Order: sequence, then structure tokens, then C-alpha cells
Amino acid sequence: MALKKFVVGCFEDEKVLFPAVEKVRKAGYKFHDIYTPFPVHGLDKAMGLRDTSIHTAGFLFGMIGTTTAVTFMTWVFTKDWPVNIGGKPNFALPAWIPITFELTVLCAAVGMVLTFCYICQLAPFLKRHHFHPRATDDLFVMVIECSEKANEEELKSFLGSVGAQEVNTQVAEEGWWIGKYDEEQQLYKEPNIA
Amino acid sequence: MSVTKYESQLREPLVNGNKTYGQVTHDIVHTIEAKPTRLWYIGFYISVALLMFGAYSVYREVVYGIGQWNVNRTIGWGWDITNFVWWVGIGHAGTLISAILLLFRQGWRTGVNRAAEAMTIFAVMCAGQFPIFHMGRVWMAFFTLPYPNTRGPLWPNFNSPLLWDVFAISTYFTVSLLFWYSGLLPDFATIRDRAKTKLRKRLYGLASFGWSGSTKHWQRHESLSLVLAGLSTPLVLSVHTIVSFDFATSVVPGWHTTIFPPYFVAGAIFSGFAMVQTLMLILRKVMGLQDYITLGHIEAMNKVIVLTGSIVGCAYLTELFMAWYSQVPFEQDIFFKYRIAGPYGWSYWLMMTCNVISPQLFWSRKLRRNVLFTFIMSIIVNIGMWFERFVIIVSSLYRDYLPSSWSIYYRPTIWEIGFYVGTFGLFFTCFFLFAKYFPVIAIAEIKYVLKTNGESFKNEMAELESKNVDEFVHEMHHDDHAEGTVKVAHH
Repeated sequence: MALKKFVVGCFEDEKVLFPAVEKVRKAGYKFHDIYTPFPVHGLDKAMGLRDTSIHTAGFLFGMIGTTTAVTFMTWVFTKDWPVNIGGKPNFALPAWIPITFELTVLCAAVGMVLTFCYICQLAPFLKRHHFHPRATDDLFVMVIECSEKANEEELKSFLGSVGAQEVNTQVAEEGWWIGKYDEEQQLYKEPNIA
Repeated sequence: MSVTKYESQLREPLVNGNKTYGQVTHDIVHTIEAKPTRLWYIGFYISVALLMFGAYSVYREVVYGIGQWNVNRTIGWGWDITNFVWWVGIGHAGTLISAILLLFRQGWRTGVNRAAEAMTIFAVMCAGQFPIFHMGRVWMAFFTLPYPNTRGPLWPNFNSPLLWDVFAISTYFTVSLLFWYSGLLPDFATIRDRAKTKLRKRLYGLASFGWSGSTKHWQRHESLSLVLAGLSTPLVLSVHTIVSFDFATSVVPGWHTTIFPPYFVAGAIFSGFAMVQTLMLILRKVMGLQDYITLGHIEAMNKVIVLTGSIVGCAYLTELFMAWYSQVPFEQDIFFKYRIAGPYGWSYWLMMTCNVISPQLFWSRKLRRNVLFTFIMSIIVNIGMWFERFVIIVSSLYRDYLPSSWSIYYRPTIWEIGFYVGTFGLFFTCFFLFAKYFPVIAIAEIKYVLKTNGESFKNEMAELESKNVDEFVHEMHHDDHAEGTVKVAHH
């Protein structure tokens, strides 16, 4: 990871944001991200993000839970320690439904939350650069990375023209690091950007 | 604005007052940023005192044994399991509100889901104490888990409903906690980014896991919430079903009934919503959240109470009918001699009055929207639901098949009562801390419904609705088309 230069445009209204997203894409700029205080429906599609497949992870983890429960109980009651309970069958599948179900749900839920935290790179003690403190309050913050094709000045005037109330340039690390939120921290002491 | 988002004027707004996003944040977060009020301190210290008394009662039970309680032959379950089932039942409303109502797309859940989920988690924590300490040798509690051990290994009996309970309650607690906390992440980030003091910034920074509000993260977050809701829905039904199996699978007259699972689930939702009402009415008053927890919310929950109360009433009558219809003398004696009459008959009629008769008053819209009446009713319902469990346990056990082992009149000891009081202490201590340090209303979710269900939106709609049909359709179509082009352009 390294420091990069970003142009940041802030929007106050979804009605301005959606046309702006369209114009940015038409102009050929690539989004770094758009930070919003709540899930704005349709924004992911408008930005051209593909659908998430996190539910597949949930299904797979659920299957792991089901298999574990059934095979384990079968092994215990038919192989490891068969007990004769009033002559009832050792392989008592109907009586195992509750535990199988619970374990399926438990594995699916825990597995999915861990997957979510992993793919979004969220964990306690992690810190990231946040482009605007009001991005979690009432602003929609559009961030575009500067590149050879996307000149800083050009980008700034462009974002202003599509309706951003506030436009600025920030040099920041795009990933996370272990840090505290009450201290001003930077990964790199001396910013050094090409 | 598209037609799908359009909501009629006839539905009352979910958020009152013409709020902006910033105001929503402020309204919910400012109590966290302010010093606690004197009322908060008083309530908190009373709760801690109750918790201490409970801890002492439990200490006596652990040191001197189960003899500290009056649970006895044949009433081996007594207050302890009554309290367990009561707390688990209360713990059902939170997940019902956050999961089932999410799947049914009930917008009003946004105002109350966070606090209701918190209530669920604390109630399940309280519930768990009872069976654990009822084991007597509580330090052996981990024997219920199937872990490889040096005794064979000896495994627990997977065919036993009591073991199913271990799995059901622990799964329910874990999944509710994950669901609740994943919803809290964005709101913690909101508090973090507003924080003025260093400590608050650090702690909420820690709690928010570095949440940034990225669109991709939101997309996954929504998918996660939906799947967790889908998983929690059958889970919440399974938990009380399994609790009812504790009774239904044993061959005891009064317990051995196939209607127990649906009857218990309905009762759980009934008592859970009553507890949500009790807490919400206090919360909205003390924290000034009348704009977010509106009379509409209260009315909606009262409708659930009257529905589930009626289901429960139906189940009580079905039980009586089946006892008569079965022509089994034991069954008939339990219901007609020992339950609705006999030394514990008073508890049956108390249960009937509180659970079946009194909620019927909620058929009146005026009473459903009366805050004071709702508050009183919510407490009556929970008293009734406690007695339901008491009736089921005690009146089925106190006269066994053998008249020689009929028990003497059962009264709890002070330590038995102390344990129950202590769980109230635990519950309210947790709830007070929650109300002070956590966002009690899901901030992001409120913002999400603000533009489609808030009062400001409704006012805009008034103008549109005054137009004639052709104009209205034209306008909506036009807006829809304009938004459509945004989406189409990128595919």
C-alpha cells in the first residue's frame, strides 16, 4: 500500500448525487468509492458495482453446520457409544432435527459475519483514512483517485460542475492500519507521491 | 421518485417533524454525548442493587445447594424454570421485530428494532442463568457440551429436549448478538466521527471496526442483514418450540400436548411485545424520542399484542377441550380438578384475566393509541404470562400419578425470589448502560426511511395527491423515467 492522491466531492442530496454519478461515469473517471451515511438503494448499480455474493458464503457455512451435526451425532450414537434406550433405534434422525437445525443456523450466521468482516476488512483496532467526518452523518462523499487520465485540477472543476457542494484534494493511504481513532496518525511520516 | 417508493398520505409518517439527516443523527446521539441525568443514576443504582441481591441469592444456592429453594418433590421446577421460560419468551420480540418484520417489509420496525434487539439479548442472558444454576453443581455446567473428555468419552444425549435447549438458547443468543452488533457498526461510526472527547473517539473507533460507509460495504451489509433475518426467522420460532418440547415430550398430564409449540411461540411474542412496550414508552419519554417512536408504532405493537393474546386464549380453551374430549381421567383431573380449581386455582384465573380478557380491550383504536393505558396493559400482560408458566409447571406437577407423593403447598424462599429479582437487576443494569452508551434507535435505518416515509415526504405528497389522476400518473411516470435513464445508461 502506498499514499495516493484523491479528489473528494461532497453532496448533500441524493437527487444531485445520482445524476452526478452518471456524469462521472460518462466522462470516463473511475470511482475510488462513494461514502454514504446509510445504504442508498440503487447507488451500487449506478456506480457499476457488481452484486455481492456474500449469501453464497452463508449457504456454504450452513451446509458445513448441517453436515457436522448429522455426521457427529451418527458417529456418537451408532459407532462410538451406542446406548440401548428402551430398544429405540440408535440412528434416531427425527430426534436430531433440532440440533441439526440449530447448528446449521449457528454456522451460517457466524461464518457469514466473519466473511463480511474479512471481505470488508473490518475489525476492532483497525483504522482507515476517512475522507469527511460527515460521511457517516449527512453527506454523500464521492472520492476519485487522481491518475494520468484524471488530472487533479480538471477533476476538481468537473466535480464542482456536477453539483458537489465541497471539493478538495486529499493525500491518503487507501488501506487500513492498526491504530487509534483519538490520535492523528499517518502510516508514512513523509508523504511521497509520484 | 419512482412509483414503487410512493406511499399514500393515508399511512401516517414513520418519522414525525420535518427532519434532515443531520437532525436525525443529533436527536439520537446527543443523549450519548451528554452527561447522564439524575433519573438515569437513580435507576441504574437501583438496578445494580437488585443485581447484588440476586448475586447473593445465587451465592447461597451455589454454596449451600438447591435446598436453599423450596423446589421439592414433586415440584422440581418451581419458580426457577418458570422464570427461565418467562425470560426466554420476552427475548422473542426483538428478533421477531428485527427479522420477521424485515422480511415482511414493515417499515415501522426501524424505530424500535435496535432497542428491542438489545432487550432480546439481555432477556436471553437472564434466562440462561436459571437452568444453569438449577443444575445444582453449577461448576459442572460444561458437561452439557459435547467435548472430547476422559470419561469414555461420554457424550450428552442428543435425543433429549433439555440438550436441544442448550443448543437452541446458545445459538439464539449468538445469532441475535451478531445481528445486533452488525447493525450497530455504522451507528458506532457515526458517533465516532462526531465525538469531541478523546476517550469517546477511541472507544467508538474501536467498536466501529473502522467502518467507513463505503457503498460496497453497504451493499454487503444489506445482504448480510437480509440473510441473517432469514436465518433468525425460523430460529426464533425454533427456540420457543424447543423450550415447549421440554414439557411436551414428557408424559405428564397437562404437558403432553401437541399444541405446545405454536402456543408457546404465540405466548412468547405476546409477552415479548408487552416488554418492548414497557421499555419503549419509558425510553421515548425519558429521551424525548416521540418523533421516532410514534403513536403509530405503539398502535402497531398493540395490534400484535391483541392478535397473539387471542391465539394464546384460543390455546387455553383448546387444552380444556382436549382434556375433556380425550376421556383420559388423569388429563381431566389435572385440568378440571387441579388447574382451574384446587389450591392453585387462583393462579389460573389470574392468568386468564391478564392474558385473555384484558388484551381484548385493544380492539378499541382509542385505547391502542393511549400511552398510559398501553403502559399499564404491558405490565398486566407480563404478569399474566409469568403466571401462565407458573400454572403449567406447578399445577401439572403438584399432584402426581401417585397420591402418596402429592406435594405440600409450594411457596418460594426468599433466595428463590432473590434470584428472580436479581435477573431484573441484570436486565435493567444492561438496559440502562445500553440506553446511555448505545444508539437506541438505528440511525442509518431511520435515515433510509426518512425520504420515503418521513413527515416532510408526506407533505410533498399532499400537493401531488391533490392533482387529478392523469396529471399524477404523468408526473410519477416522468420521474420514474428520469431515474431509469441513470440506471440504463450504465448497463
